[in-house]
Amino acid sequence: MAMHGMRGLSVFISDIRNCSNKEQERLRVDKELGNIRTRFKNEKGLTPYEKKKYVWKMLYVHMLGYDVDFGHMEAVSLISAPKYPEKQVGYIVTSCLLNENHDFLRLAINTVRNDIIGRNETFQCLALTMVGNIGGREFAESLAPDVQKLLLSSSCRPLVRKKAALCLLRLYRKNPDVVNVDGWADRMAQLLDERDLGVLTSSMSLFVALVSNNHEAYWTCLPKCVKILERLARNQDVPQEYTYYGIPSPWLQVKTMRALQYFPTIEDPNTRRVLFEVLQRILMGTDVVKNVNKNNASHAVLFEALALVMHLDAEKEMMSQCVALLGKFIAVREPNIRYLGLENMTRMLMVTDVQDIIKRYQAQIIASLKDPDISIRRRALDLLYGMCDVSNAKDIVEELLQYLSTADFAMREELSLKAAILAEKFAPDLSWYVNVILQLIDKAGDFISDDIWFRVVQFVTNNEDLQPYAAAKAREYLDKPAVHETMVKVSAYILGEFGHLLARRPGCSPKEIFNVIHEKHPTVSTSTIPILLSAYAKILMHTHPPDPELRNQIWAIFNKYESCIDVEIQQRAAEYFAMSRKGDALMDILAEMPKFPERQSALIKKAEDAEIDAAEQSAIKLRAQQQMSNALVVTNQSPANETPPPPVNQLGLVKMPSISSNLDHSSADQTLSVANGTLTTVDPQPPSADLLADILGPLAIEGPPGAAVQSEHNVVSEMEGVPNVADGAAIVPVGEETNSLQPIGNIAERFHALCLKDSGVLYEDPYIQIGIKAEWRAHHGRLVLFLGNKNTSPLVSVQALILPPAHLKVELSLVPETIPPRAQVQCPLEVVNLRPSRDVAVLDFSYKFGTNMVNVKLRLPAVLNKFLQPIPVSAEEFFPQWRSLSGPPLKLQEVVRGVRPLPLLEMANQLNCCRLMICPGLDPNPNNLVASTTFYSESTRAMLCLVRIETDPADRTQLRVTIASGDPTLTFELKEFIKEQLIDIPVAPHGPGPATPLTPAPTPAAAPPASLAVQPTAANDPGALLAGLL
Amino acid sequence: MGIRFVLMVNKQGQTRLAQYYEWLTLEERRALEGEIVRKCLARAEQQCSFVEHRNYKIVYRRYASLFFLVGVDNDENELAILEFIHLLVETMDRHFGNVCELDIMFHLEKAHFMLEEMVMNGCIVETSKSSILTPVQLMDKTS
Repeated sequence: MAMHGMRGLSVFISDIRNCSNKEQERLRVDKELGNIRTRFKNEKGLTPYEKKKYVWKMLYVHMLGYDVDFGHMEAVSLISAPKYPEKQVGYIVTSCLLNENHDFLRLAINTVRNDIIGRNETFQCLALTMVGNIGGREFAESLAPDVQKLLLSSSCRPLVRKKAALCLLRLYRKNPDVVNVDGWADRMAQLLDERDLGVLTSSMSLFVALVSNNHEAYWTCLPKCVKILERLARNQDVPQEYTYYGIPSPWLQVKTMRALQYFPTIEDPNTRRVLFEVLQRILMGTDVVKNVNKNNASHAVLFEALALVMHLDAEKEMMSQCVALLGKFIAVREPNIRYLGLENMTRMLMVTDVQDIIKRYQAQIIASLKDPDISIRRRALDLLYGMCDVSNAKDIVEELLQYLSTADFAMREELSLKAAILAEKFAPDLSWYVNVILQLIDKAGDFISDDIWFRVVQFVTNNEDLQPYAAAKAREYLDKPAVHETMVKVSAYILGEFGHLLARRPGCSPKEIFNVIHEKHPTVSTSTIPILLSAYAKILMHTHPPDPELRNQIWAIFNKYESCIDVEIQQRAAEYFAMSRKGDALMDILAEMPKFPERQSALIKKAEDAEIDAAEQSAIKLRAQQQMSNALVVTNQSPANETPPPPVNQLGLVKMPSISSNLDHSSADQTLSVANGTLTTVDPQPPSADLLADILGPLAIEGPPGAAVQSEHNVVSEMEGVPNVADGAAIVPVGEETNSLQPIGNIAERFHALCLKDSGVLYEDPYIQIGIKAEWRAHHGRLVLFLGNKNTSPLVSVQALILPPAHLKVELSLVPETIPPRAQVQCPLEVVNLRPSRDVAVLDFSYKFGTNMVNVKLRLPAVLNKFLQPIPVSAEEFFPQWRSLSGPPLKLQEVVRGVRPLPLLEMANQLNCCRLMICPGLDPNPNNLVASTTFYSESTRAMLCLVRIETDPADRTQLRVTIASGDPTLTFELKEFIKEQLIDIPVAPHGPGPATPLTPAPTPAAAPPASLAVQPTAANDPGALLAGLL
Repeated sequence: MGIRFVLMVNKQGQTRLAQYYEWLTLEERRALEGEIVRKCLARAEQQCSFVEHRNYKIVYRRYASLFFLVGVDNDENELAILEFIHLLVETMDRHFGNVCELDIMFHLEKAHFMLEEMVMNGCIVETSKSSILTPVQLMDKTS
């Protein structure tokens, strides 16, 4: 086989296979990488065959999970090899190793284009496949028309066209603004007439993408889809190669039915009739057969047909037929079918009003909750949750509670949350509700968020009938030997408030209640102590006649905590102690809490969000998307509702001085602004663009302020295609005569690129190139400036000054006065970050060449995100933290409009570039991003920052950001920083991009002067860029 | 977007082939592979072929010592993917004749080509075995 041609690779793979442990494997891999690296270094001696072999080895090593950070160039260069085997390897390995933002990829763009428009169809296929897998913006810009042409060409063979379809899909999805699909309805309709099933399969994927975006435009394609389905279902004109165990391409059938689900309805009666005939045939005609593959394939089609029937809201008869089928499925032994039965029944719940029929299967579903397979249990839980209403809540919740004791850890959180929500939503009476929640806390206290027990307290406080019952229950639970801390909190609160209602019962005297609470005292954390202290104060107040012994005991506790390091505890202890000495006056101050105002349960609200998420996953995407966008709009209008009440305040007995922390924070802000001198007061409110300019103003480079500091102001002008003019003005020649010295490349762009990476060129003109290389560790940074004299005569009077903002301590080592010809000097620069700020340090740099004195002021990329360290956060860590930072100023939220629309993946990439780590899976809504990072500064030390971005798939130009951290200034600065990243996107979002993108071509009027015309090309040429890298 | 990744992993948890259709950093991939391999390999024969993990659904199938794991979006048709795995195996079988783990291991490039002919950017391109194998045969001829 071909592999004997690559013996070295086989040997390497065998070696790896023979390694007995991971360490040996690593050694072997390191050795091989070392070898490859050396071979690549003297590349001249490498034959294409050798190159191919090494590149495969790299891919193999990469697949094993090792970092391969070299040799990308060699992989890319194979793409231009003239022969098929090398070219093929080049394409495949490139698409495995690189991503769309990789600089090297640009090197290949011309070769790729030549392959795509060339005559060799195998080359066409390779190129289309790679672009289809990793093509980014530049590819879309230069290739989209060619790819469209190929897809529609009648002279092109199916093997090329099917790839063109999916290539176009990628380019369109990644850059909907570049790939113009106006008027594609006709072409799509034409494509759907295709006879070749390969082309049809990939075209159908393209169609799904188009129609999901805008079904209105594609009405004419609807009958075509039905026709395809009919053709397949009747097995007309389907080549043997495309039938799978006798079933005409199940994948195309599934995809076609998926496409049809994007149309809200089918109006044409004829089309509808034909479609329903086909669907009916699938529903009725799918039998269980012995052959597993055939069975699976036919059921894949059947489940998709079910989804389509549900979506189309067929007449009642067909619907109940569907439910009956699903009912059959959830009872079968075959686990896959059972799983899918449960999953689809859940979807069915959301779509139509069939709950009553589904309820008939409740016993069966509850049985699935005890299935040995967790996948099935999860589906059963979801379904039970969905089908729960007032009539069956008691049964279902009690089942869930019972299951909770034995449930595996992975499911407990979800289970307890769902039980809590259902208990609240459908409680037949309040004592049942209190009982359920207390049971939940008892069984799964770790997963009961504060929201849940706050809610219990609210209900109990507002319902007098409930108070003795709740107090008795709380008393009962505290008797248990081991009690969860949340139980201590809620019990102490309820007993403090209502314990006196039990006074006549045995074991419920004030003293006994105090003792039973105080017994738990040694085991609780500082967050619970304040609640205990309040409870003690209340018990004391309710003790009639006064019990001196109890009083002394409680006073001793207050005394002890008066010197507590925790301010909250200290203050409570001191105040309660002072007040309780006043005797009767205590009665007024510590009177029972007033009723809580009616407010929506935070939990239910969460649940509603969750339901929207779930609906989004269902087949009925359009409907769900509408819900989503509504939801976003609603919350936009009243963002204040969103913030949950601050926990301690809400439950505190007297007004707690947590305002003091607010004061602290604002005074901190003021000191900050004074220290900075030039800064205007930092306003915790989102600043206007003007304020931003004010803050940055004093530091701005001479010249038009908006041009040097790339704020919202100049984005517009840049987008209009005059990138260099503004920046040219940033250079202020100090010499008398205005000279014509122009920088090479766009300074602002270079700065922005360097904000996202750690080495590159900061500035370049005909005489000098200033490179920068940086290393960041916690709140320290070490930058090295590389000052390179490009000429054959020396640069003299070299001067570099750093103008640091107040939050950075910057030390620049000595800069030599003269740089010899063709020499490069390195000047290390130490940076210490004192506190969070978005201000920028400026390098004031000047030198003399001949008679020309040149002075530039350059922003240094020592920006906020450099002091971030991405950190993965698990759900267990994230949620408690997120909840504990409950509102301003530590948690800030803002709706941001005018966001540059980006696909979610790209936005995630961008955040990743800024060192915010995306934590996938934390937010159940796929349209949201959750990220975490640690910020380092001297004042904050390492501080965890949590970020949530909620996007609106219907309107990508707006989103909502929520930032939380333990420091108010940090939260604010980070929020503004992220906003800047999303709105004020530098022309090249990923690395040093070309200066052209946003508009297809600069209009002649706006074109840069002739002398500058070369510069975009320079920036465009990755070769030149690479040469500039250090 | 359909298929997010295809993994082939043996009983010992060693990766034999990994193809991603969305960009993950090396660390993310290592973590992801570790987690899902642990989850899937621990499952019993009679359990279903679907595992929910983060925002993926893993559809998997075992052939002798080799597990085929396909990560898909939550709303993908699971059974269609399950049979797509089988189609991939049958295709490799047609080419190698009684395909086994070693074939995939030592002919990584061919396994890649076949997969590439079948899936592109997370979508199914081709399901006809002869069409899938044409370029692979071409490679055999030219090298």
